[in-house]
Amino acid sequence: MPFTLVLIVVAAAIFASARWFDSSYGFFIGYVVVQYIVLGTAWNILGGYTGYVNFGITAFFAIGAYSTVALHKLVPTLPLPAMIVVSGVLAGLVGLGTGYLTLRLRGVFFSIATLALAVVVQTLITNWDFVGGARGAYVLRPRVAPLIGGEYVQYLFLLMLGMGVIVLATARAIERSALGYGFAAIRDDEGAAEASGVPTLKLKLIATTLSGGFMGMAGAPLPFYVTYLDPASGFSLNYAVNAIAMPLIGGTGSWLGPVVGAVLVGGLQEYLRVTISSAVNVLVAGVLMVAFVIAAPQGIVGLFQRKR
Amino acid sequence: MAVSLDLLMNAVISGLLLGGFYAAVSIGVAISFGMLDIVNIAHPAFILLGSYVAFIGNTVFGIDPIVAAAIMLPAFYLLGMAGYQVYYVAFERRDDQSLRGLSFFFGVLFITEVALVLIFGVDYRTVQAPYIGPSLGLGLFDLPLRLLVPFLVSMVMVVGLQLFLSRTFVGRAVQAVAQDQQALRLMAANPTKIKRIAFGLSIATASLAGACLIIIQPVEPSIGREYIGRVFAICVLGGLGSFPGMVIAAMTLGIAESLTATFFGPSWAPAVAFGILLITLAVRPSGILGR
Repeated sequence: MPFTLVLIVVAAAIFASARWFDSSYGFFIGYVVVQYIVLGTAWNILGGYTGYVNFGITAFFAIGAYSTVALHKLVPTLPLPAMIVVSGVLAGLVGLGTGYLTLRLRGVFFSIATLALAVVVQTLITNWDFVGGARGAYVLRPRVAPLIGGEYVQYLFLLMLGMGVIVLATARAIERSALGYGFAAIRDDEGAAEASGVPTLKLKLIATTLSGGFMGMAGAPLPFYVTYLDPASGFSLNYAVNAIAMPLIGGTGSWLGPVVGAVLVGGLQEYLRVTISSAVNVLVAGVLMVAFVIAAPQGIVGLFQRKR
Repeated sequence: MAVSLDLLMNAVISGLLLGGFYAAVSIGVAISFGMLDIVNIAHPAFILLGSYVAFIGNTVFGIDPIVAAAIMLPAFYLLGMAGYQVYYVAFERRDDQSLRGLSFFFGVLFITEVALVLIFGVDYRTVQAPYIGPSLGLGLFDLPLRLLVPFLVSMVMVVGLQLFLSRTFVGRAVQAVAQDQQALRLMAANPTKIKRIAFGLSIATASLAGACLIIIQPVEPSIGREYIGRVFAICVLGGLGSFPGMVIAAMTLGIAESLTATFFGPSWAPAVAFGILLITLAVRPSGILGR
């Protein structure tokens, strides 16, 4: 509990100082960085804690985004937090289904299957005219934010901060619970874990559901952020690369890793995007990821932990 | 929907030819993943590299793309050997989790793609060759030469590699490494050196496959992403370690995609490969002719 309180205080402080700076651009970058904190932590629950690399991040993220589009068309007055919850639930269900389908698969085959899933979901949505299909969908961003006033992007940032608090608190809680030990056992040696009585099936399903659900939640505000969503950008592999690279660079062992990764890499990418070019920032994520995977497999957090 | 016979037959035939091309694309992964257990998810990026090399050969030097790719085969072979050396030093020697190796190749995939974008831009590139355009008419059937030539190149490559693996000393050593590394070591052969050769071959095939790709369709850096899943779908469906299985799987996928594109619309075609992959993994993970 105290940790959650600390997180809430930190988030409130960040939001208050952002309001005080009152820079629209600041809110936009802040949203992206916190979005990657959520995505990275969500990925890490399945990838870092349990050892199953999920390449299908785009599927869950886009399910969240497109749920918002569909709900917005069906019930325009539905408030965004409700849409986030629905998106999370839907994506979590898909995560559960993915878990079922890929139960018997060794690590590598699981990763390939998640990649396959991403493309299947993308094709299904591209052919679904209700959400615009390949033409894309426009979502009008309201001019004023509800509850807090000011620009709407501030509201988006606030919601994303809220999600960040929830996800980080969950991740830390998992780390210190029997669930987390079970995940670690699966990661280190699934056969031995199974033989020792760890319910690997149940735990893997929990991991994929949680991971997928959180990713969906991260994607839910996206249509309001970008105002135009089409499958090519919603399913962009850049989200997947970043969501994997950031925890790997930050460190997959703890909840802090994805945060460090998201802040550092996200910040660096934004700096490069503004100063050099857009294409270079994907290069940065790729190069850093390869460098860290070769030289520092435990990530930045791991580097500090070893020094102690 | 009126299903005319010649529409069906033409879809099946172009599916077969396309399948032959898919075999060329997948044979590299059949070697690296099927035989060496290295999940080279970056293989499509190397294929794109091959396409751009063929493109340069064709536009700057005016040579036929396949000839250009053949000339560059040794360079790709060396690149493969270098790549394996890095992979070995960083991962295999430490006997690390496959998470790291997978992420390594994922990173290489992106670096290569972005590098291509920075050098060549995102415009679609094509090549000029006398066989792009005309078709060979055989009665009811039309065989587009731009599909037929890559098909033939692909078959030559597959048969050639199969003969290499079964008839030559080095080839049999590669098969031995796939079966039992420890035993090979006990016979005073260095598995690392053999794996290096095999991985070099795997990347060398990407050179020819790339030339075939740019003959079949215009190329731009991000189309590699579509092929990641196709390639692994084919290798898994065919059964790891089996070339004939891989070829059968490639043809099956080609026909399935062609029929889907013809009768349901091209936007559904990508889902076919991955749908097949998911079903295979759920039902029979060892594939058609797998061990």
